[in-house]
Amino acid sequence: MSTATTRRPPATLPRLGPLGTVRYVWRQLTSMRTALFLLLLLAVAAVPGSVLPQRGVNAAQVTGYLAAHPGVGPWLDRLGGFDVFSSVWFSAIYLLLFVSLVGCVLPRSRQHVRAIWAQPPSAPRHFDRLPAHREAVLFGDAASTVAAARSALRARRYRVRVTDLTGGGHEISAERGYLRETGNLVFHLALVVLLVAVAAGHLLGWRADVIVPVGSTYTNAVANFDAGDPGPWVDTERLPPFTVAVRSMFVTFEEQDVATRGAPRDFRADVTSTESPGGPGRNSVISVNHPLSVDGAKVFLLGNGYAPVITVRDRSGQELYSEATPFLPQDGNYTSVGVVKVAGAQPEQLALNGLFLPTVAFQGGRVPVSIFPDAKNPALALQVYTGDLGSSPSVYTLDQRSMTPLRQPDGALVRLILAPGQTVDLPAGLGTVTFDRVERFAGFSVRHDPGKGWALGAAIAAMVGLTLSLFVPRRRVFVRARPGTGDDRGATLLEVAALARGEDTGLDDELDRLLGALGPARPQNALQEATA
Amino acid sequence: MSVNDTLASSANVLLYGSMASYTGAFLGYTLDLAGGAERAERSSVAAPGRQLAQVGAGTHQVAAARTPAQTRGGDVPGGGDVPQQPRRKAAGIAVSLTVLALLLHLAAVLARGVAVQRPPWGNMYEFATAGSAVVTLAFLAALRWRDLRYLGTFVIGPVLLTLGLAVTVLYTRAGQLVPSLKSVWLAIHVSVAFVSSALFTIAFSLTVLYLVQERRERRLAAGEAPRRSFMDALPPARELDLTAYRLHAVAFPLWTFTLVAGAIWAENAWGRYWGWDPKEVWTFVIWVVYAGYLHARATRGWQGTKSARVALVGYGCILFNFLVVNIFFVGFHSYAGVS
Repeated sequence: MSTATTRRPPATLPRLGPLGTVRYVWRQLTSMRTALFLLLLLAVAAVPGSVLPQRGVNAAQVTGYLAAHPGVGPWLDRLGGFDVFSSVWFSAIYLLLFVSLVGCVLPRSRQHVRAIWAQPPSAPRHFDRLPAHREAVLFGDAASTVAAARSALRARRYRVRVTDLTGGGHEISAERGYLRETGNLVFHLALVVLLVAVAAGHLLGWRADVIVPVGSTYTNAVANFDAGDPGPWVDTERLPPFTVAVRSMFVTFEEQDVATRGAPRDFRADVTSTESPGGPGRNSVISVNHPLSVDGAKVFLLGNGYAPVITVRDRSGQELYSEATPFLPQDGNYTSVGVVKVAGAQPEQLALNGLFLPTVAFQGGRVPVSIFPDAKNPALALQVYTGDLGSSPSVYTLDQRSMTPLRQPDGALVRLILAPGQTVDLPAGLGTVTFDRVERFAGFSVRHDPGKGWALGAAIAAMVGLTLSLFVPRRRVFVRARPGTGDDRGATLLEVAALARGEDTGLDDELDRLLGALGPARPQNALQEATA
Repeated sequence: MSVNDTLASSANVLLYGSMASYTGAFLGYTLDLAGGAERAERSSVAAPGRQLAQVGAGTHQVAAARTPAQTRGGDVPGGGDVPQQPRRKAAGIAVSLTVLALLLHLAAVLARGVAVQRPPWGNMYEFATAGSAVVTLAFLAALRWRDLRYLGTFVIGPVLLTLGLAVTVLYTRAGQLVPSLKSVWLAIHVSVAFVSSALFTIAFSLTVLYLVQERRERRLAAGEAPRRSFMDALPPARELDLTAYRLHAVAFPLWTFTLVAGAIWAENAWGRYWGWDPKEVWTFVIWVVYAGYLHARATRGWQGTKSARVALVGYGCILFNFLVVNIFFVGFHSYAGVS
């Protein structure tokens, strides 16, 4: 052979046309390495969603953050920092990941279906190249050895194929563990179903937060939502018109233990619900962890607070306003903020804005604060405003732009302090205010999510598939039994080997178990054992 | 219902007792490791080819046709002419002390539970004490499967640290729970989270040891002079890696269950099964990172050290989830009870 080789020009790779490029990109996208990068990127991308306040979790915190960081705040907002999980870039990552997943799983499913119907492949020639192998010389003839091996393997749930060797003897190919790949595919496909179920719930579901004072009734309609939104595809005219009436509430706080004094301990609402207004009522109790199911929706008790019953009369004694007015709690001692809007007051509209304190104490003798969340010593502390109420979007806050606070003749702000049952006169002959009694309100969250059941089913299927894919061993075992020659005449030369798909530390045990089921070895021949 | 304060203080005393026993166990494991280099040298002098044969031979069953001389506890399967490895007295004492410590520890957790008449995992102090008990339990259970006593220092050490943190910084007096925690899901979701985290903890220690051992083996193969170290007595890198993988493979489905159980509970308590609250986000992040670890082990070029590093990141996320998110990140999950 000549050592001088002609220099060949470097190989020219074929140029990828548009179809070729698409195929190349697709192969890259569906490769394991890409999936790995996307997974890790997804984890990194989720972190800002926990560090920065999110609108979906606590909108008030976001407003506070923007106020505290006027420079960098708006930029973070533009980049989606406060809505990370509905942002474009986060969605892009998980959508790409799912495309990669589907693109990899579908071909593998086809392959797997074919493999389930196929017989195990023929044995390789060199058993010593496999991860585990043994050789032995056994008593008995080849046929009976092979029969014993076959039944031992079948007892271990292998699919067995026996072939005859030229020159005598037999060969066995066996395979088990198709369930591993089935579980793997089920897991990944279940994730896709989960994603679709979550999307369906978002598009077709709706949620509403409502505040219902004791003695009031909530009728389910979009107009009555205090907060919350229907999904984009929800027909808001066709919401189920059930009603929930709050008859009473039971709320307790920790009183005995000093360290956790004031912590909420139990809260329940006794309600009567109907499927439609005027229909037959059903009494039930809603508490935390025990929601009410009514007409396809669920009513959750998420919060509670106080709704003092306040009556405002004009100077002639005519009632202008008399309602249980929800005051929203601001802290652990239920210092609550609210406003009474008296639209029918003459000559100017009237508003009473201030605090409700369930257990009042006066700091420094003058400033009212609440020192315990239960209504042990309730009081209202209100300022009076006159002017034009305007059309404020919230029932619980006062638009102060067209309202002016009332002042005493000496210029100090008018501040009214009322205890239950007390009536005070408003200055300038505007009338009287009465604090009739204290009521509580129930903070309900009403939800309808049509994708919930599918999401749960998909999650369970995913868990089952995951467990199967991790713990069912996928193995192939090969056996070659030939009649012995020379010194070993009458015995059988046996070779066994095993191969696993993926990580498997039990191959040696499997072969030992198989050998143990076959006959005893002839002692005078050295047993060759391979290290794994 | 009132809290039984006497029982709660007995719980504290039992906990201090368990910490004393853990300290003894920790010293025992460390002594055992310290003698490791000498033990390894002695056994390699006796049988030069033995090191290779130890690969995978630790507790695997010997072939049926050979007379086995298999014993547990790190002894090499005896052949006729190879001397047995020296009995590891320090390790044996350490295990006994670990069992004692665990009994006291469990008694403390149980006493706390009876004192407050609810599962004793409702705030950070209780998470730390009950969680670390599960770590020790998982470690002792793993000892019955494989001889992992060399791991003792690296598992009992963190347990001791956690308990120290619990009784000093995280301590809260026994009390009742806020209403949203009063559910059967508290027992299910949190206990499975404990078991999963305990297995991740042990697997983390194994992964760190794997990386160290792998680097030593690489240096040895590159021709550097071998340095005597306690690591000589530990199994080879491949076995450490495989054991770590098997623990991760059990912990990951359990973590998936934690996530799903948490979602089911959230739907019952808060009206939605997933709201991206900080703890939910971090549970998700941990899940994704460990899913990445499992993927990495099946990806060409990422097996071995690279996938091990992903596992380390995952455990970092678990620590972050427990220490930082519980206390500093406000969301629906704010049950820390730490002021």
